[in-house]
Amino acid sequence: MNNILVIMADGVLFASWLFLVAVGLTLIYGVMRILNIAHGSLYTIGAYTGAVFVIAYCQKSNWLPGSYLVLLGAAILAGLILGTIMERGVLRWFYGKEVVLQLLSTYAIFLILEDVYKLVFGVKPYYAYKPLLGAGNFIIGGVNYPRYYLILFFMAVLAGILLWLFINKTRFGKLVLAVIHDPEISLAMGIKIDRVYIVAFSLGAILAALGGAFTAPMIAVVPGLAVEVIVISFAVVIIGGLGSFVGAGLGALIVGLVRSFAVHYVPALELFTVYFVMAAVLLIRPQGLFPTKEVRKI
Amino acid sequence: MNRTSQQTTLIVLLGFMVVLGFILPDWMRYLFTVALCKAFVVLGIVILLRAGLVSFGHALFFAAAAYSVAFSANLWGIREALVLIILGVLASLALAAIIGLLVAGYREIFFAMLTLAFSMAFFGVLVKAYKFTGGTDGLHIPSPTILGLQFSPEISSIAKYFLTLFCLLIVVYLINRLVNSPFGYTLRAVKENEIRVSYMGCSVRKAVYLAFLISGGLAGLGGSLITFDVGHIDPYLSYWTTSGEFVFVALLSGTGNVFACLGGSVFVEFIKTYAFKYAPYTWQMVLGGIMLVVILFSPGGLWALYENLRRRMKMGGKKFDAIT
Amino acid sequence: MPLLEVKDLSMHFDAIVAADNLNVTVDAGEVVGIIGPNGAGKTTFLNLVTGYLKPQKGRIMLMGKDIVGLRPHEITAMGVARSFQMPQLFLELTVLENILVALATGSSRSLHSWRPLKNKERINEAHEILDRLGLDEMHNRLAGEIPEGDRKLLDVAMAFALKPKLLFMDEPTSGVSTEDKFQVMDRLMNVLNQSEVTTVFIEHDMSVVRRYAKRVLVFNEGKVMADGHPEAILKKETQSIQGVEIKCCK
Repeated sequence: MNNILVIMADGVLFASWLFLVAVGLTLIYGVMRILNIAHGSLYTIGAYTGAVFVIAYCQKSNWLPGSYLVLLGAAILAGLILGTIMERGVLRWFYGKEVVLQLLSTYAIFLILEDVYKLVFGVKPYYAYKPLLGAGNFIIGGVNYPRYYLILFFMAVLAGILLWLFINKTRFGKLVLAVIHDPEISLAMGIKIDRVYIVAFSLGAILAALGGAFTAPMIAVVPGLAVEVIVISFAVVIIGGLGSFVGAGLGALIVGLVRSFAVHYVPALELFTVYFVMAAVLLIRPQGLFPTKEVRKI
Repeated sequence: MNRTSQQTTLIVLLGFMVVLGFILPDWMRYLFTVALCKAFVVLGIVILLRAGLVSFGHALFFAAAAYSVAFSANLWGIREALVLIILGVLASLALAAIIGLLVAGYREIFFAMLTLAFSMAFFGVLVKAYKFTGGTDGLHIPSPTILGLQFSPEISSIAKYFLTLFCLLIVVYLINRLVNSPFGYTLRAVKENEIRVSYMGCSVRKAVYLAFLISGGLAGLGGSLITFDVGHIDPYLSYWTTSGEFVFVALLSGTGNVFACLGGSVFVEFIKTYAFKYAPYTWQMVLGGIMLVVILFSPGGLWALYENLRRRMKMGGKKFDAIT
Repeated sequence: MPLLEVKDLSMHFDAIVAADNLNVTVDAGEVVGIIGPNGAGKTTFLNLVTGYLKPQKGRIMLMGKDIVGLRPHEITAMGVARSFQMPQLFLELTVLENILVALATGSSRSLHSWRPLKNKERINEAHEILDRLGLDEMHNRLAGEIPEGDRKLLDVAMAFALKPKLLFMDEPTSGVSTEDKFQVMDRLMNVLNQSEVTTVFIEHDMSVVRRYAKRVLVFNEGKVMADGHPEAILKKETQSIQGVEIKCCK
């Protein structure tokens, strides 16, 4: 019984991390129909800026909640700046071009940023454990969990709710929905698609950076984080159905739970659980659990 | 290019390559051989590109072949290069046959990302199964015999070069046939209009699957051959950066010409060697930068740029779109 | 046995009824015109019969075999070809290559053939088809560069090159100017009659249907409102189908 509780807790905590990291990818795809391979790079810049800022902050102050605000601020700053550069500097030249070219353009950005990070931040790992260790532990089913995980959980839920409110309850969100539904008609109705794209991309970028920044205290921030993040995010997002927010949440939950079962019962397979779940879902439902339907008219 | 001029080019090129095999200094011949081995994978990627598909995970098949060569050599003591090549290609074909079932129904981003995901999973297996694969340390492969002959180290390098060249010659011929066959055109047709292809009575899925098999097999051939040359393999053969380089060379060379891929491969291998030496941590950046420029201004690769220029000169400045 | 027999075919898109218990029979050698207002379910009928859409109810028998659930490529391989309202061409191949590809895939399962696409016999055959349709002078141009009307013709030519037993054409003259319409149709029908292909075509213009079809089906709201000789149908103008007629003939 305790065991199940621990597995569930593990699964949900991991799922909240997955959701936080992946939801930006599905947002950008849903609105712009571009799969941003550089999503992992945005995550990485979040992790680096988060780590650098927190390390600097912790040398000056011991007030723990402040370090979370620093992480938050670092993520928003990093995501906004890099996201804008990516979208305005590169991606917009590829709007309306072949999908394959759009895909390659984000891949190229990803390649470039991999080296840029090495040149800017060096190859030595950054450690920013303070926000994690300072918060202490709590106990579920006799197992110690860092309280920090709760913050991650809280962040994921908050991100989900805010995103939902933004899309469904604000005027701008309605424009976003219109563009998701039919870009051509939206354009004809006078919606400034470019502006919707900028906002959606920045938002997705900030979410990715947020994922990175709040992960930073739990890991050694080193070069090469990006590729795993993009592959895992993609897996989560296609399990749920590319472009669907609910799908991203469900995908994260499924992968999270399956992984924690694997960790407890077949640890050797932990690394591959994401791929297994993805392959299984795709075999049964090729468009994911919440597909966005498209039939080409002929 | 018409037929005769293509044949002349081929003969001149072949003669040139044969001469190179004898006169090049060892380190250069080594680089050349490595580049040619990678050209197989690039050709495989180009076949998929012609059907409008990008694979970000072809290093998977490259590495799978290399590891099965290593296993065959180390565990079963097989030394004959030709047998090892066949085993390597079979291994990557088998993997492509399985993965192909899953990816053949997908296009564009799905295809690209799924291939990437599979290669990452494979990389994970290679690193984790260190009992068999030696983990990140990799495996050592003894120098093979070629047609039963064991060469001394100096001659061996020349022999391996010619073995690679020989395989390449066969492959270039076969690809040329393929490109001009109905199937070759069907792939181009798939890229342009799948609906029409299926309304011609042709299963798009089957065509993509077949292309994936061929391309996986080519990557396997390259992967088998490269083990002889480098003598040591590690999981990074299957890493996404390796796949990225293949895609880069394929894009740079374009899908229009087989020889462009060979040239592109050799060119990139040499640049890379110097880049690693003189400017570490800039290689991916250079790749990405050039890639952006190429896809923005000449999506058909540098070869298309050249063809365009040639046509434009012929037509007196009339504008043509790039052939992609 | 009829060539094509459609029984109780139904298809709804949410609230829209695209096919409502359709019953249609086409015999070998017939030339059938389908007419009806926009949204009457004409193209949906084609999409259903050729496997692009799967019907929610009903049977489609092709030469006595039930083909519901088969994919377009399987149905095409059984000898059914179609052209499209919006031409579906390979825009970056030349006009000739478009036909060659169709000839190659249509004649055999030559997906696995090693022979070059461009062999002499096939090229001659392609030229002949293009010539009969009056497209041969542009055989070297890219399909993406030729005028819209010619693209429509090429689209039909590709379907024809498959040597089908049953050919569907979705508004073959929709991109063609009114004055050229009959000329284009003449050429088209000439070729089709010579090779004795059973033809079903969708057309908005009753005068075209009247001239080329020996039988016409009037579609409205997913139903066949009338079925018979064009003249007979025109005579019944005053009756229930009148509303439909006026809408589609203006």
